Amino acid sequence: MSSWLQKHISKIVIAPSFAIILVFVYGFIGWTVYISFTKTKLLPKYTLIGTHQYEKLFSTPRWYVALENLFVFSGLFILIAIVIGLLLAILLDQKIRTEGFLRTIFLYPMAISFIVTGTAWKWILNPQNGIEAVVRSWGFESFRFDWLINSDMAIYTVVIAAVWQASGFVMALFLAGLRSVDQEIIKAAMVDGIPTSRIYSGIIIPSLAPIFLSAVIVLAHLSIKAFDLVVSLTGGGPGYSTDLPATFMYTMAFSRGNVGQAAASAVVMLTIVVAVIVPYLYSEMRSRHD
Amino acid sequence: MTNHVLAGTAQSQLKSRFWHKAARFSLYAILGIFALFYIMPLFVMVITSLKSLDEIHQGGLLSLPENITFEPWKVAWSSACAGVSCVGLKGYFLNSMVMVVPAVFISTLIGAINGYALMHWKFKGSEIIFALLLFGCFIPFQIVLLPMAILLGKIKLSGSFSGLIMVHAVYGIPFTTMFFRNYYMTIPTELVKAAKIDGAGFFRIFYSIFLPLSPPIIVVTIIWEFTNIWNDFLFGISFSEPGTQPITVALNNIVNSTTGVKEYNVDMAAAIIAALPTLLVYIVAGKYFIRGLSAGSVKG
Repeated sequence: MSSWLQKHISKIVIAPSFAIILVFVYGFIGWTVYISFTKTKLLPKYTLIGTHQYEKLFSTPRWYVALENLFVFSGLFILIAIVIGLLLAILLDQKIRTEGFLRTIFLYPMAISFIVTGTAWKWILNPQNGIEAVVRSWGFESFRFDWLINSDMAIYTVVIAAVWQASGFVMALFLAGLRSVDQEIIKAAMVDGIPTSRIYSGIIIPSLAPIFLSAVIVLAHLSIKAFDLVVSLTGGGPGYSTDLPATFMYTMAFSRGNVGQAAASAVVMLTIVVAVIVPYLYSEMRSRHD
Repeated sequence: MTNHVLAGTAQSQLKSRFWHKAARFSLYAILGIFALFYIMPLFVMVITSLKSLDEIHQGGLLSLPENITFEPWKVAWSSACAGVSCVGLKGYFLNSMVMVVPAVFISTLIGAINGYALMHWKFKGSEIIFALLLFGCFIPFQIVLLPMAILLGKIKLSGSFSGLIMVHAVYGIPFTTMFFRNYYMTIPTELVKAAKIDGAGFFRIFYSIFLPLSPPIIVVTIIWEFTNIWNDFLFGISFSEPGTQPITVALNNIVNSTTGVKEYNVDMAAAIIAALPTLLVYIVAGKYFIRGLSAGSVKG
């Protein structure tokens, strides 16, 4: 008895968690996918009717706005956060005396919730009292910075706030990477008289490739989850100009009571995430087995 | 001749020292400008929260308060309005605590045992189980929102603390398991083998060998889970009701409340109150916070 238990104890211990994940991750994904192929409106109906929900979804202008915003937002957010993060990491790596202090300042936004970030930036960016008013009070009377209430520009305010929140984290990733670069190679290159800029562009930055990859993955993942930031900063507005798939899904599910459309949009979101994540996970697993 | 050469080198040395200094100066200048960018929102929040509404309307965004007032903080804490209910953040702060503490405890405990079992008591299929668990770290939660709402309704946990604790604990398991598994990878298998030969069982080895070695990863996991759950908005807004709303939902309701005069100072005080616990954790245990972030990102 006891030896049987010892032999299988690991499986017994894992079983509940495995069951939980099977139901709450895979079962729930399965349910949502299934519902997205039914006629469900408010209450779940279980008769399959094919791709009707997706046809409807992709004939909704608001959904295209949300998708376009996702690509504009995540593209800019990832690019800018990586550029700033890398720049800050390289600058901090130059034996800066106040490094610890600066690192703390660059990284603290990551501890704050998107809701707080959105609240703060909404106040800073509002044209009546925010940055626009400040610059005008300095004498530049015609200065305009009304992105927050301009439906063509509002999505870029989401980028600003998200970059503010996450770029310090990218810096921390790169800084750890810079510190683990083989110092001998760098010393050898310096002895050979290769200029610092060439050492960075030719040796150090290429060796950070895996960090670029994980930074892109984390940021991409953050951006598909940026629901909270949009809700608190723009509320999806003006109109629905800053809608993301996440806010679209939420609106369909809880305000419009259209569970079918909510399910279909959630499935598209999952598909996008899987398309990004699975190749990454696969390459990670393979590189670990090699 | 010799003198001339010496003077030349001295001059070039002086020149290079000048450029060196100029480079150092611009280095610090650029870092300083970025530091201002990062600190500015917090600075604006703090000074706005200490001004009266009159002063806010007269003065600029960046001007220091002339007459410091703590009234907005009092209002934010105990009487700020979200729609028709004017009870401040006090109760919601408590709601978040009531939710966070058990959810963090449960998911950390399960993660520790899982990580230990998956790393040092491998069985056929345990790697696949780990990969399946890991996938749970990446899903956009929108994909589980609808069935979760239905399930919570069916088991009569809709809008309850227990329901929210369950949701947070469940979706914390993939992360906590990953944290502990990767940490336990650094503990040599020989140690476990030796203990097994000595007759120690699964739990005995966990208690007397692994647990004493775990404080660093426990701290990392607790901080990660605490920050995530405290800052959560999606589950909070989807699965709570007025009495059980977490602080992020309450903050958003207060800020976007359309009734009455817009009290920016109260909004800012409320935002700082909502951010305070996680900021405090970051300041006190920043090292572990960063370690969790990078562990949570590099995954394996």
